[in-house]
Amino acid sequence: MTENRILDREECLPRADLAALQLERLRAVVERVAQVPFYRDAFALRGVSAKSLHGLDDVRRLPFTTKEDLRRHAPLGFLTVPRDKLARIHGSSGTTGRPTFVAYSPADLQLWANLCARFLVAGGLRPEHTAQVAFGYGLFTGGFGLHYGIERVGATVVPAASGNTRRQIELMQDLGSEVLICTPSYALTIAETARELGIDPRTLPLKFAHFGGEPWTEAMRAQIEAELDILAFNNYGLSEVIGPGVSGECAARAGMHLQEDHFLVECLDPDSLEPVPEGEPGELVVTALTKEAMPLLRYRTRDIARIWREPCACGRTTARMSRVTGRTDDMLIIRGVNVYPSQIEEALLRVEGTTPHYLIEVDRPDIRDELTIRVEVLPELMSDRMDQMQKLRERIGREVLTVTGIRAAVELAAPRTLERFAGKAKRVNDKRRLSD
Amino acid sequence: MKLPQLSVFLENRPGSLAEPLRLLADARINLVSISLADTEQFGILRLVLKDWQAAKNVLERDGWVVNVSDVVAVDVPDEPGGLVGMLDLLAAEGVNIEYMYAFCLRRNGRAVLIFRFEDPDAAIATLARVKLAVVADNELF
Repeated sequence: MTENRILDREECLPRADLAALQLERLRAVVERVAQVPFYRDAFALRGVSAKSLHGLDDVRRLPFTTKEDLRRHAPLGFLTVPRDKLARIHGSSGTTGRPTFVAYSPADLQLWANLCARFLVAGGLRPEHTAQVAFGYGLFTGGFGLHYGIERVGATVVPAASGNTRRQIELMQDLGSEVLICTPSYALTIAETARELGIDPRTLPLKFAHFGGEPWTEAMRAQIEAELDILAFNNYGLSEVIGPGVSGECAARAGMHLQEDHFLVECLDPDSLEPVPEGEPGELVVTALTKEAMPLLRYRTRDIARIWREPCACGRTTARMSRVTGRTDDMLIIRGVNVYPSQIEEALLRVEGTTPHYLIEVDRPDIRDELTIRVEVLPELMSDRMDQMQKLRERIGREVLTVTGIRAAVELAAPRTLERFAGKAKRVNDKRRLSD
Repeated sequence: MKLPQLSVFLENRPGSLAEPLRLLADARINLVSISLADTEQFGILRLVLKDWQAAKNVLERDGWVVNVSDVVAVDVPDEPGGLVGMLDLLAAEGVNIEYMYAFCLRRNGRAVLIFRFEDPDAAIATLARVKLAVVADNELF
């Protein structure tokens, strides 16, 4: 059990005060986004304005925002501040292989760092700690988001970035990193690599870890904690909302506290778009209440989770959410990277003679996600020469890597095999068991 | 002269070799030669047969992916060094071999080998120039 510490008093507001704060902030953000053409038109169509919002339930009169909307107004059609006021731009992968962008003002970066600091503190990070960030630093929000959250806590950051596992272990040993920030599966890779080097992973200086970026399970938590002798905490976020920092676990580790003073979170039936009963799984729909540069209303995350509002033992009054147990679209998260089947299709189209007859298989045989693309062989692809056939596999693998950033195994399949196993509509066979 | 060779894509799973061969058997099509190239994931079945067009139709009708390529049958002495002597000649002439396999043994002390050359026509011309016997299809089928 971690010592219970709470960074901000807003995490513990009485629910009525929190609701009043949310409504005040909701009106303010609706006022501000009315200058964005997308929202201005939608407000006019629905006859809503900041003044017409009388309670939090009125959020349901506001328009949704989807990934497709962001793409249609690319690159930065949702800004509410002049372009020269932006401090940073991040991006996330999209179905076309081109990222969609999210922008931050200086104040947004402060807010973001503080939100990350809150869950880091809740999960044991203290100013005297050294925290090693093994997330990628780049357009992806994981690395930079956690980096500045750690600095905000006053702890020491080791920006190791992703990859080079042997060096990660050396850094931990040399610098005494007590806290690890990465994807849960990478933590298992670190443990495995340590054993290969003859190092007992339990002897590494790590005490805590904060994991995000991919789905994982309680079973994985137990395995990671046993192998590395640490406490592992879960956090959640997505770049369109802000990045990591939307929610995170406290010492009780019984759900992730949603940072409700900054985000209004709905849990909706993805078909009817009506709220699900409290505690039932639904799609998370998030309104950013306080972001300055690019606040989105009712962003449809496509993530399925449960939300409940019972008080928590830690003293925070904020609602909690379960792990993400599924998606409402066909997005896959493979080794922490978002991959859409349409990206695989795009990669295949770049290889002459292939048709979109393919099956995507994802498995996690031990600790690493493995992506396999099974592609039907067509007469025009068939060669009597083995080297030509192997080159075809390599070319497909290269294109998939270019479009998705993920290394995939490519298997050539006879046409009838895919039909037999998959049918026409099913493109994805996800064999991982990721829901508890 | 060139011989048409059928190449059939096979997945690496039990039964995948027998299935196309059974189709040919049911159609009363006889094989003259068979060779299998394989990787851990898939294989290429190569067939030389007289009724290659009929065989191709039968296989394709059942959904098999079939490729037709030209190979050359070459007659070499069935004795130690018979093949090496021939390969030396081809190497000296700069003829590139993609792959090869043995066809069958004949009683008169000669062997027939199947070659997939990079350029079959040029290879046949070279073989004639270096006095290596190319086997015609009417001798094989």
